[in-house]
Amino acid sequence: MTALLEVEDLRVAYGKIEAVKGISFTVEEGRVVTLIGTNGAGKTTTLRTLSGLLQPLGGAIRFEGKPLAGVPAHKIVALGLAHSPEGRHIFPRLTIAENLQLGAFLRKDADGIAADTQKAYDLFPILGERRSQAAGTLSGGEQQMLAMGRALMSRPKLLMLDEPSMGLSPIMMQKIMQTIAELKAQGTTILLVEQNAQAALSLADQGHVMEIGKIVLSGTGSELLHDESVRKAYLGED
Amino acid sequence: MHELPQTLVNGLTLGALYGLIAIGYTMVYGIVQLINFAHGEIFMIGGFGALTIYLWLPSGTALSLALPLMIIGGIVASVAIATAAERFAYRPLRGGPRLAPLITAIGLSIALQQAVWAFYPDAKKSRSFPQFEGKSLEIFSNLHIQRGDVFLLIAAPLCMLALGLFVSKSRAGRAMQATAQDPDTAKLMGINTDRIIVMAFAIGGAFAAVAAVAHGLKYGQVNFEMGFIAGLKAFTAAVLGGIGNIYGAMLGGVVLGIAEALAIKYIQDIPGMEQLGGGTWKDVWAFTLLIVVLLVRPQGLLGERVADRA
Repeated sequence: MTALLEVEDLRVAYGKIEAVKGISFTVEEGRVVTLIGTNGAGKTTTLRTLSGLLQPLGGAIRFEGKPLAGVPAHKIVALGLAHSPEGRHIFPRLTIAENLQLGAFLRKDADGIAADTQKAYDLFPILGERRSQAAGTLSGGEQQMLAMGRALMSRPKLLMLDEPSMGLSPIMMQKIMQTIAELKAQGTTILLVEQNAQAALSLADQGHVMEIGKIVLSGTGSELLHDESVRKAYLGED
Repeated sequence: MHELPQTLVNGLTLGALYGLIAIGYTMVYGIVQLINFAHGEIFMIGGFGALTIYLWLPSGTALSLALPLMIIGGIVASVAIATAAERFAYRPLRGGPRLAPLITAIGLSIALQQAVWAFYPDAKKSRSFPQFEGKSLEIFSNLHIQRGDVFLLIAAPLCMLALGLFVSKSRAGRAMQATAQDPDTAKLMGINTDRIIVMAFAIGGAFAAVAAVAHGLKYGQVNFEMGFIAGLKAFTAAVLGGIGNIYGAMLGGVVLGIAEALAIKYIQDIPGMEQLGGGTWKDVWAFTLLIVVLLVRPQGLLGERVADRA
């Protein structure tokens, strides 16, 4: 069986600076795969390339066996790939309900959209309570919930989450990670980018450690969690 | 004070005209952060488009019958030029340095003026535009409305209402708001942002064409230079109201129009300022108002703080 997402020797550059220097990994259906690493390792660049916001310099991306190269960003979500971007990027002057509706922009099934909106409110009750409020008035953690809820509104086959815990309080971070675990239990396929290696690896079936544009170490979540070099470099142990 | 109502109505009609044109500046700026300095010429070409239709119709056609066709003709001409400008002049420069599209816009503005001057029959001088016959309508003894202005006072609120509903209620309108607030994320939602940008140029062009017809009816002529000062005033109105905000554009237009009308009428009554009143100085007062407002509210009357955009 082929993987849902296959990335092969992917290279991405900003001008002459290569940010991703030939990485390969796969995401199988129903799995949670995480990319961890420090700032500037190329994790966000990788996700932005997968969703078509950046064009690769070389290599191949296949989603359900079909090549993604050259597909414009606005057509990628229709294939089943949703991206919750780093820094949340909710639409601040639209309401929460409108933000969620935009997540379902390409869908035509009004009943399905209504049902999924309700699902998002069940997952994050605070969003339901404030549905007619401008999204910009939400706290950082609430905005993160909205960004995740919005990404789920397209009923993606693969959910890509970029730094969902960034800048959140420890309690809020725990809440977000719990939600990701819930989504995993429901069978959602997730590609998770995180700087919080501990949290990400505890959740993930598979992990890849990125350093300056390359994957330097791969393994199952628990393997990496117990790897000495990972513990030293990313979990702050001596 | 006997003439105050008349002065206010004069200002309101002028302001409605500015506001209609200002929509085009503000929509394009709101989405691609470009000041389309060729927008004044898109307005002017709408006037010539409407005139062309009028000249095609059998002579003696009643203006009230011709008017809908003239509006359509003006809209077709303006929208065609606006969208072509986007496709061939601005889109290739997108993502490049911000100065490049700005300079292109100024170049395009001059090119369009000269093209009309050179190729439209007899456009080297003003061409007369049909006007409604008859005296102005008397509302009160001290308040008259020119027949041509009636069109403006109906068309401007209707256009605004339609645009407001479109932006806030329709799917495409919501996609437009999303694109203005965060274009990359809009793409992630599946929004074809290129198409949204074309739509912004097209709506701006259509409104400019309606304004051009109103301008023609009001002044009885069109000429290849009419987009310059009208465009500059409308741009001022857009900035005054808060550029990027469609209601701001209309409000800015009305404020500017009324301020001009008041300045023309009353500045000369202020002791010591007799020389500074009347029509000759109206542009000075319009731009002075702009400077004063921007000193107090740099984001314009209804503008959001730039920090919100991030």
